[in-house]
This record gives sequence, structure tokens and C-alpha cells, in this order.
Amino acid sequence: MDLAYDEHYVHYRTELREFLETHKHLSPGPFEGRNSKKASEWQQLLISHGYAARTIPSEYGGYGAEPDPLINHIIAEEFAKAGVRVGHSGDNRLVPTVLDLGTEEQKQWLVPPSIRGEMSWCQGYSEPGSGSDLASLSTRAHVDGDDFVINGHKIWTSGAQHADMMFCLVRTEPDAPKHQGISYLVFSMDTPGIDVRPLTTMTGEQTFNEVFFTDVRVPKGQIIGRRGEGWFVANNTLKHERAGLGDPNQAENRLREIVHLMQEETVDGERLIDDDTLRDRLVQLQGRMLAMKFNGMRVLTSQSKGEEPGLPRWIIKLQGCELNHQMAGLAIDALGELGTLYDRSPHIRARGSWQQRFMMDLGLIIGGGTAQIQKNMIGERALGLPKEPKVSEHGS
Amino acid sequence: MDFSLSEQQSFLQSTVKDFLDADAPLSRVRELAADGTTLDSNISDGLTGLGVPGVLIPEEYGGVGLTCLDAALVAECLGGAVTPYSFIGPCAMVVQALLCSPDEDLKNTWLPKIANGEESVAVAVADHTGKRDSHGITCDDARLNGQTMFALDVEGAGHVLVADTSKQLFLANLDDVEVIPLKSIDRTRSLAELKFDNVSATNLATSPNDLSKVIALGRVLLAADTLGAGQTMLNKAVEYAGERKQFNRVIGSFQAVKHLCAEMAADLEPCRSMVWYAAHSIHAIPEEAILMTNHAKAHLGETGRTIARKATEVHGGMGFTDLLGLHFWFKRIELNRQLLGTPSHIRAEIAHQQEWVTK
Repeated sequence: MDLAYDEHYVHYRTELREFLETHKHLSPGPFEGRNSKKASEWQQLLISHGYAARTIPSEYGGYGAEPDPLINHIIAEEFAKAGVRVGHSGDNRLVPTVLDLGTEEQKQWLVPPSIRGEMSWCQGYSEPGSGSDLASLSTRAHVDGDDFVINGHKIWTSGAQHADMMFCLVRTEPDAPKHQGISYLVFSMDTPGIDVRPLTTMTGEQTFNEVFFTDVRVPKGQIIGRRGEGWFVANNTLKHERAGLGDPNQAENRLREIVHLMQEETVDGERLIDDDTLRDRLVQLQGRMLAMKFNGMRVLTSQSKGEEPGLPRWIIKLQGCELNHQMAGLAIDALGELGTLYDRSPHIRARGSWQQRFMMDLGLIIGGGTAQIQKNMIGERALGLPKEPKVSEHGS
Repeated sequence: MDFSLSEQQSFLQSTVKDFLDADAPLSRVRELAADGTTLDSNISDGLTGLGVPGVLIPEEYGGVGLTCLDAALVAECLGGAVTPYSFIGPCAMVVQALLCSPDEDLKNTWLPKIANGEESVAVAVADHTGKRDSHGITCDDARLNGQTMFALDVEGAGHVLVADTSKQLFLANLDDVEVIPLKSIDRTRSLAELKFDNVSATNLATSPNDLSKVIALGRVLLAADTLGAGQTMLNKAVEYAGERKQFNRVIGSFQAVKHLCAEMAADLEPCRSMVWYAAHSIHAIPEEAILMTNHAKAHLGETGRTIARKATEVHGGMGFTDLLGLHFWFKRIELNRQLLGTPSHIRAEIAHQQEWVTK
């Protein structure tokens, strides 16, 4: 147990702070797209210093360093502290997958423009009939000449209305068992036959879409991995996606905001924080947040030693999303009726963001593997409990 | 940055655990409980042989001079095996109080005897963590008068560390004190009411702040004890769910049962990191120690109760009976939750420490 960083990490942090101090005026604002001139120049500057696309090989436009979880952690912390736009690695689901499993030609085609911010991605996995049971998906692709021809329907596709490209799971071998009949295709969202229809969520925002495919032709070379191996490829992607949900740093920032809110706002002329019941809930949530923060330090230590973190890692999505949701719930309760104001209402607080987050968190509890799926994984993979017996696919 | 146990720490933990598995199994705990005692010379001699009572005592006073994190690992083992053994009082809180004292003679007199298991010392500080049915202790001219509740680790102790109303700490001989044993649900810890009538006592000459340190250490070790007890309950629940069959299936394959187990694991695992951090902070990050030990005690109190309940539920009717003895862990967790400050009492302290409250 030694919470101090080794000297070369301390040195790294100092250099990074100096860099941020000198260059932060070049950082694009929060609403500037990845493709803007300022954003691409910023991204290029970060890559050249190893603060973005750090572990992506230099032949594909990255910085080409060895993975080091502690360095990643330091970069994330310092950028957050400085309030500066972090760099990106193209797409944290697609790029690692292509680097792991793509052909040389595919890597050259997809990775460099993604890293530069010129090629953005959406994920075509879920379907109306295939949510938690993703492997039952029915969007199909048959071969016609040199192309796959896709027909079907995807749903919950985040950012499809803005993305340049999609990585997509389709059924190419309808006669194979469900996990072995899937292929992983990549294609432009401009391909004829794709129809994107935004879905309005309970928050009133349009973050998701339905995507319809009618005879969409994708050249045969745009498959990652082999035909029928898409499930294996997709699991590689999911592994990278889940790593981000439930981040304890977010919970810590949120708690700080609520403390501030409860110190500033009043009910019947008394500060909210002087209400014994609300304050007790606040301290209780602080305790849970701290436990998750220290759990995160334990995961980071395992990763930095190249060990598999196991259970502490498995629980982050489940616990982190729930904690964030309950924090937003406390902020709303503290504000009472004011906490329900939305849509630029007079007297609105924090632009209605507590309600927005409260609802959005529920979406995150469901999305990326529902809480119930997470509990199955913890029960089966971490605790070794048996799987539910399979129900016969064709009924009895 | 290395947030993990050292090899020596893992070794310490497995050594203590192996000893308790072999020499203090549930069958022995049951016998002691039936006899109404928490004393077992085989258990205490064995733990002394492993250096347990001297874990926090510096080598110059005959101890092994380890850290509060090591003590927490020991407490976790003791909770895991519901061992009746006076650790938190004499080997931790009393040691901490003596180390805070400027009186070198006191240290030389007491610390070596605690380290070699010759002396055990009870602790009576509950008046400062939520006074109930207690009048408190006052000191006049080195004489103690009054009455106090929930003295801990009393059985087998020759002396008691007691705090008076002005937060001074004293050592008094229990032969001079009227001891009225209290029976809680948990038969693995001894508790008592103490009455002082003009009892002569040695003043440790510590500050009120030192009393806070003593309580902080007690709290984090109770949290560690609950962590160990909760982990055992979870392990037993998972094991039972993997064996018990109904409807031609092991019950752990039903999501209703599997999810209870997953929830327990998801709630308990971060507690481990929290106990580590809080215990580590006492030596390494003293400015955070009071806050973090308080959070650990309050959070483990809450999580412990949830786990004790769910693990019992997974065992169905068997969990409710005496047959499996699961209730020993349930009761230890419930007593730990209330000792040295209830979760809500401690959370009120936490809010004050962070200056969130002005009135």
C-alpha cells in the first residue's frame, strides 16, 4: 500500500501540467465538433505529445506508446482539473477492435481518419427483438456478387444521425446456431438504402435512433474478422465499451455539486444542508461514492500490474450508474418542486440538468448491458453460480 | 501508486485465517457461547503465538510494530470466523491510547504485557459515541465516580481504559469497579456496565483529540470485522445456492437467488477497498483519518446489515434455524453496527467534520 506515484509519474504529471498551462487556450470549446479546424489541430497537438491516441501504433497515426493505465489515469485527471477538452482515440469501441482483428488494409483505411476526428462512428447492434439477447438478432445480409446486401432494422443506435460510419452486426449464416451465424460489417452511413429515424427519449432529447436497411450493398471486403465470427468480434467491442460506464470520478464531481447546491438553496428560509434528513442521505451517498472511488484505485493497481482485476472491475457499471442515479434523485428531492422544472422554465435550477441526469442515468442502468444482465455476469463469472438452463429454442 | 496488499500482509492474513479455521471453528464458538464465555486459552495463546496482540505495538515495547492496515486485516479474519477474542479493545484502542500518552513508564509497564498476552484491558468510551442509560464518569483528584455503559472486551480484563466526561483517559483496576455484565444478541463479545465509586485511577494525560484517535481506530476495526463477517456470509450463501436443489435445479441457477448473491458481492467488494483506505490513512494520511474511518464504520454498518439479511434469505428456512449457525455472523454484524456510534450518529459527525453544518 503506497499511494504515492513513482518519480517518473510525478515528472510526467508536472510536464503535462506545464503543457496544459501553455496550450490550453488552443482547446476547442464544448460545442465545437470533432471535425472543426480547431478541434483537429488540438487533437493533432495532443497526439504528438502522447496525450491522445497514446497507445495506437504510429503507423496508423497514433503516438505508439506501450499501454500504461497509470499514465491514462494521470492524463484523465489533469485534463479534468484544467477543464480542457480531452483528446480521443477515434472511437473507443471500433478502433481497438480493428487493431485487434482487422486486416492491414482495414487498419490503414479506418484508424488514421478516425483518430484525426474525420471519421465518426455509430454502433449497429441492438434490434427491436434483440436487446439483452443480442445474439438472436435478425438483420440479415446475403451475398450477391461482390457485395453483402443488408435488410433489417436496428434500434438504440446512439449518434446515428451524425455518424459517418457504422459498425454493424448482421446475420449472414441463417442456418448456423445463433452465435455462429453473425458477421461484423463496417460501412458508410451515406450508403444508399439506409434510413435513420431519431427516437425521442424520456429526457426529451434525441440521442438514439432507429436505423432501417433496405437492400444496402456493402463490399465483401468490409467485414472485420471472418463470416460467422461476428459475435466474437462484437464481444471484443463490448469489452471496450463497458470500461467507461460508472466512472467514480463522475460521481465525485456530482457529489461536490450537490453539496454546493444544498449549501446555497433554502426551504422555509433554512439552508437545505441544515435539514437533518437530507444531510443524512447526502453523507450516506458520499460514503458509497468513496467506496467506489477506492475500488477504482484497486482496479487501477491491478491493471497497472497487468493483472485481471476480477470482481472489483465487474461491479463498476452496476454500482456506478446506480450511485449517479441516486445522487441526482437526492438533488431533485432537496429542490422539491423546483427540482421538477424543465424546458427553460422560469425559476429553473441548473438548466433542469438534475432531472435530465436522473432520467439519463436510468437509461444508462438499462443500456450497455442492463443491471439484470450485469447481475447475471457477476453471479456466473465472478461467483461461479450456474447459468439458467436453456429453454428449448423451438418450444416443447 | 500501489493500492494493494503487500506479500507480507497477504501472508499475515492467511496465517491468521488458517489458524482460526483449524482451532476456532464454529463448533468451538458454539461451545463457548453455550458456556456463556468469550475466553478460550487455546485461541488466545495461538493468536499470541502469531503476534496478534502486539500487531500495533512498536518493537521496542515487545510488539511486532505493524500498521493499522495490518490490524484491520486481523480484525477481518476475526470477524470472518466470529472469533470470541478481545482484539479491538485491548490490542488496538488501548494500545493507541498508551502510544498517545506522554507517560513513558506507562508504556513500558503495559505495552509488553499486552503484546505477550499477559494482560487484557477493557475499553469504556461509549459515553462519547452516543450516551444511553449512562450517567457518565467524572474525575476528582485522580478518583473516578459514576456509571457508564457498554464497556467492551471486559471478560478476562484486569483493567479498563475509561474516558471521563471531559474526555480524559484513565486506567483503572477492574477489581475496584462494580462490573455488571450485559448480554447482547452477540455472544462472541463481552459487554458490561461499570460503576465507579471513588476509584483511584491513572491519568494517561492525553488530549481530547487523542480520544478521537482511539475511537477512530476502534471504528475502522469494527468495520473490518463486519467486512470479514459479511464475506463469510456471502461465501456461505454462494456455496449453499450452488448445492441446494429445488425443482430439479440448484437454486443458484434461479435469477431470484443469483441476483441476491450478485448484489451482496457488488455491495461488499467496494467495502474492502474502503476499509483498506481508511485503515491505511491512520498512519499514512492522518489529515483524512477521522473522516475516512467514520465513513468506513457507517458504510460497513449499512452494507453489513443488508448482506446479513440477504445471506440469511438465500439459505431459506435453514438460515433462520440454529442448525447452520449463520446467525452468529448475523448477530456479530448487528452488534458491530451499533458499537462506538450508530451509522446515523457517525454520519452526523461526518457532516460536522466537513463543516457542512453551521448550527
